[in-house]
Amino acid sequence: MLTPESLKRIDREIAKYPADQKQSAVMAALAIAQEEQGWLSSEAIECVAGYLGMAPIAAYEVATFYNMYDLKPVGKYKLSVCTNLPCMLTGGVDAGEYLKRKLGIGFNETTPDGLITLKESECMGACGDAPVMIVNNRRMCSWMNPEQIDKLLAELK
Amino acid sequence: MAILGAINPMLTVGLDGDNAWRLADYVKRDGYSALRRILESGIGQGDVINEVKKSVLRGRGGAGFPTGLKWSFMPRAFPGDKYVVCNSDEGEPGTFKDRDILRYNPHAVIEGMAIAGFAMGAARGYNYVHGEIWEIYERFEEALDEARAAGFLGRNILGSGFDFDLFAHHGYGAYICGEETALLESIEGKKGQPRFKPPFPASFGLYGKPTTINNTETFASVPYIINMGGDQYLEAGKPNNGGTKLFSVSGHVNRPGNYEVPLGTPFATLLEMAGGMRGGRQLKGCIPGGSSAPVVPGPTMMDCTMDYDSISKAGSMLGSGAVIVMDETTCMVKALERLSYFYYEESCGQCTPCREGTSWLYKVVHRIEQGKGRAEDLDLLSSVTTNIMGRTICALGDAASMPVQSFIKHFRDEFAYHIENRKCLVPVDVQRAGSGFFTATA
Repeated sequence: MLTPESLKRIDREIAKYPADQKQSAVMAALAIAQEEQGWLSSEAIECVAGYLGMAPIAAYEVATFYNMYDLKPVGKYKLSVCTNLPCMLTGGVDAGEYLKRKLGIGFNETTPDGLITLKESECMGACGDAPVMIVNNRRMCSWMNPEQIDKLLAELK
Repeated sequence: MAILGAINPMLTVGLDGDNAWRLADYVKRDGYSALRRILESGIGQGDVINEVKKSVLRGRGGAGFPTGLKWSFMPRAFPGDKYVVCNSDEGEPGTFKDRDILRYNPHAVIEGMAIAGFAMGAARGYNYVHGEIWEIYERFEEALDEARAAGFLGRNILGSGFDFDLFAHHGYGAYICGEETALLESIEGKKGQPRFKPPFPASFGLYGKPTTINNTETFASVPYIINMGGDQYLEAGKPNNGGTKLFSVSGHVNRPGNYEVPLGTPFATLLEMAGGMRGGRQLKGCIPGGSSAPVVPGPTMMDCTMDYDSISKAGSMLGSGAVIVMDETTCMVKALERLSYFYYEESCGQCTPCREGTSWLYKVVHRIEQGKGRAEDLDLLSSVTTNIMGRTICALGDAASMPVQSFIKHFRDEFAYHIENRKCLVPVDVQRAGSGFFTATA
């Protein structure tokens, strides 16, 4: 059920590991599957497991352990805001509150038009840039004051 | 900007241009000359390890274990597969130095790992990069391609007969994978749950083979040590605390960011480099080594120098060099509540004392913060921490307990006030003003 392009990318990941250790590519393969499909359905996880020759439950364990995998559908854009202590001291919590007000949703909720899902996240390793947030697990946005947040929201269409 | 300030820097010299991270720029900065010299002049494996031992380079990930000694544990004459692994899973709240090393000087990490591979007889390495810094992970992959194309990685490097290849592996959101054996499990494609030690990774590591895991900054320091010599590197710091170190300064300072200074630099100097306290306010407390390190009250901190020994004397740990600065607008109960939530959320669930205990710690601190604390809660918290510490496979349980113990020890009055008066000692609007979020555009 994954596209040939995704499988090709997964092959490149498999090549990083010894020939008898294909399972090592599972984290990357699940990330690729999620990138393609927006979230990880049980079918997608099983497909990855089958491709890597591992038990579906073993791939499912990985998908449920790491918190950047989404096991339920999310909005077109997933916005993860760090509220951990160093970020909190310089506005991370306030940025989360500001986003909730602007979007009219709470953490782990999606706007009614399906555009944005808001998540509270743990340390992203960018505390000096606080407030920080990540769009769709890929793009980190630094120094997000109200003005910058407004700009970002206007851009996410 | 690569680095906001430095005193006698090594790792962050010449990183200002947009292409500083590229191979060509690194070579211009003398990059790969240490690896070349080792491979071309017939320096032995033992000589390299001795040089690292002489430098007294101590692990930059948090534990401060002497790197040369760690390398000497590897059975380098053992004929089978061996691995070197870099821990770039930088998720300790307050720490963001490895991100900048990988962003601006990735080839120093690659060269350091290749030298480590040579010294320990390993032909393959992995760099485990924090999943949240995806753009940095992609850049590191690009740097690897450059190094391979130039013959600094792969088979028969520089015609020496030495083979070493290196790959990047990304995390996907699990703090526990910063623990070295959890990280190995994660590379093996499993849940990141720490392993029992012993056996230690040097005898049973990745795929059951001898493995050495070091932090990003540790590996990045190696080429500089080889080039300048271990003795000179040691002298750049202070006895028993060799070299310079990157400090990530966050929180209530005017210029949060990374600073490279010699170990032993006064905290007051570092604070000044970071622009001083915001709004000229007073330093209330400082967590000098990442969220797992005990908090140190402001006045004590002002007397510390930034090295393993001085911070340890002040009752804390230098850890990863993550300096979280809190001024008088901080509610210490709220600060601890957020940290306790983090450990509760990130406990891998394997050991009962940690899984259940971190949940208790969060719930009790949370209820104090919510104005529902009970008179006996501080004793209860203390009892939960002593029942976690030393009773788990890895250090996460201890890491969750140390903030609780130290916050209550040093700011007991503030916790007692919260319980008695059912509100923060620091008014909520003062806390809010302290974050500066809404004044940013005003």
